[in-house]
Amino acid sequence: MKLHEYQAKRVFAEAGIPTPDAELAETVDEAVDAAESIGYPVAIKAQVQVGGRGKAGGIKLVDDADEAREAAEDILGMDLKGYHVDRVLVEEAVDFTNELYVGVTMDRGEGKPVAMVSTRGGVNIEEVAAEDPDAIAREHVDPAFGMHPYQARKAVFDAGVNRAVANDVASVLTTLYDLWEAKDGSDAEINPLMVTADDEVIAADAVMNIDGDALFRQPELAEMQEEAAEDDLEAKANDYGFDYVRLDGNVGIIGNGAGLVMTTLDLVDHYGGQPANFLDIGGGAKAERVTNALDMVFSDENVDAVVFNIFGGITRGDEVAQGINEALEAFDEIPKRVVVRLAGTNAEEGMEILNTDLVTVEKTLEDAVQRAVEYAEEDSQ
Amino acid sequence: MSVLVDEDTRVVVQGITGGEGKFHTEQMLEYGTNVVAGAVPGKGGQEVAGVPVYDTVDRAAREEDANAAVVFVPPAFAADACFEALDAPVDLVVAITEGIPTQDMSRVYRKLQETDTHLVGPNCPGVITPGVAKLGILPGNIFSSGNVGLVSRSGTLTYQVVDNLTERGLGQTTAIGIGGDPIIGTDFIDALELFEADPDTHAVVMCGEIGGEDEEDAARYIGANMDTPVVGFIAGRTAPPGKRMGHAGAIVSGSGTGTAQSKIDALENAGTPVGDTPEEVADHVENIL
Repeated sequence: MKLHEYQAKRVFAEAGIPTPDAELAETVDEAVDAAESIGYPVAIKAQVQVGGRGKAGGIKLVDDADEAREAAEDILGMDLKGYHVDRVLVEEAVDFTNELYVGVTMDRGEGKPVAMVSTRGGVNIEEVAAEDPDAIAREHVDPAFGMHPYQARKAVFDAGVNRAVANDVASVLTTLYDLWEAKDGSDAEINPLMVTADDEVIAADAVMNIDGDALFRQPELAEMQEEAAEDDLEAKANDYGFDYVRLDGNVGIIGNGAGLVMTTLDLVDHYGGQPANFLDIGGGAKAERVTNALDMVFSDENVDAVVFNIFGGITRGDEVAQGINEALEAFDEIPKRVVVRLAGTNAEEGMEILNTDLVTVEKTLEDAVQRAVEYAEEDSQ
Repeated sequence: MSVLVDEDTRVVVQGITGGEGKFHTEQMLEYGTNVVAGAVPGKGGQEVAGVPVYDTVDRAAREEDANAAVVFVPPAFAADACFEALDAPVDLVVAITEGIPTQDMSRVYRKLQETDTHLVGPNCPGVITPGVAKLGILPGNIFSSGNVGLVSRSGTLTYQVVDNLTERGLGQTTAIGIGGDPIIGTDFIDALELFEADPDTHAVVMCGEIGGEDEEDAARYIGANMDTPVVGFIAGRTAPPGKRMGHAGAIVSGSGTGTAQSKIDALENAGTPVGDTPEEVADHVENIL
């Protein structure tokens, strides 16, 4: 789960990391009022969870009330890379001499956290990592102890941060690590951490991603999630409790288990079709989940045909079949043709139950995918 | 011969009184697995499917000589359950639980480095030595005994591939579902090492997916250390960057690492054929044997 910039900054500020003066605004008038009370120049920043907001016109620097009004009018309500902007952060513009990067993430290869510092802040850090890995100082942390203060200093000095601000940067990194640990972060990042002419450090941007599996013990953060607006279909999937990713193609895909669903997507592509989505109904799905899954895929107007592929372990073929029948019998006319393949636990019972007036049944994964690709081609709008 | 699980495996099920724990204990017993105890705090003295329950893993291991643990404990308590099994100690821990916080697993992983125990999982279907025993939730009926070792990050994909193998008469020595989480105990290299040392395993199928660099590391290991032939499969060729495909670990990062293509290239460079479809994986294995 990703926090918005304003949410992450609030969390950072509460922990004692210096952040610029800022106010959240939902209307143009609120934005202008905020700008007036903060004092110019201010930055007006779209609060959507996509990278490259500045280049896409989602961040503007303004010097007076007229400019603030114009910028807020432009940004509020705009469509930014598919996301509707309904909030802006109005923020004191920081005069800086230098931009640093500090971050904490889980190094999955090592199985332990890693703290990072670079003097090349302000740009895409993944590009820096790819072009010049030595420009980022990395310090792995033993999760049994947490980060020792010396490790923060070591990372800061190894990165070549100016002595005048080294202590302050180390202190920001220590706080960031402690926050990351306490809040079950997956990534915590300040890019850029600005250094001002009088050697103050200030977090000009803030990224905080939380481990979705840990939200049960982070109730305040779980509440923030509700404030984050998402793509309609993805919000729907969230309500149903599905793992769902929307793609660009026209073959709808439903299956059980992440690896098998991905493989089904790959096979659609292999046989010349284009997958419309990834939808994993999970293990042990009963009839209702099956109905919901079909509803999800039919709601996507790009879908021209559907392939339903289940390999039962804990999931039972007869229950899936019953769910498919119930879902499709409710329609006067079935919106898209559906190809079903059932294997594993109770697959034979399931095949017998399936109403073959409503669906096409195939025995193997390969055949089912090829049939769905054919249907999608024939029925493409 | 087999790896990790054999006739001498004596299992304690952690969380045996829960719905999943009870159901799969019955399934494991039916398959012939030697389930000797359950462990649930506060439920000591009860019985589930004829199996005695103890309050602690330590007590279960001592009283019933258990040497392996299967974890069916809910995510909030699962890391603690892993620590309990590691401290007992047992030789093998299979953690089925899905949704354990990553930072918890990082601490378990750190502990694991100090022990000789194998941890499989979490978020995995388990381990099966066909005809002998299964630890976990894999459907026993699709497996058959033979000479192919199998290691996979995904549960149902394992079933699909095993189904294709079994249909051609290509049975398995042991199948290991290592799980799709970012931090897991036994990884591809650990499993490949076990299969390489097993004289009855004549070929290994390795099913990977997008995300991380474990498959690339495994390819290097295969190239440098393995005589046993390996056949690969990689799921997620069509996955877009930045989107998590179900498994917490299955994500192509913005900078392009963790892609299916880089994993396929790495395996092919190590002389490992990679099937485009599960069917093709079976073709390759058939050619090798």
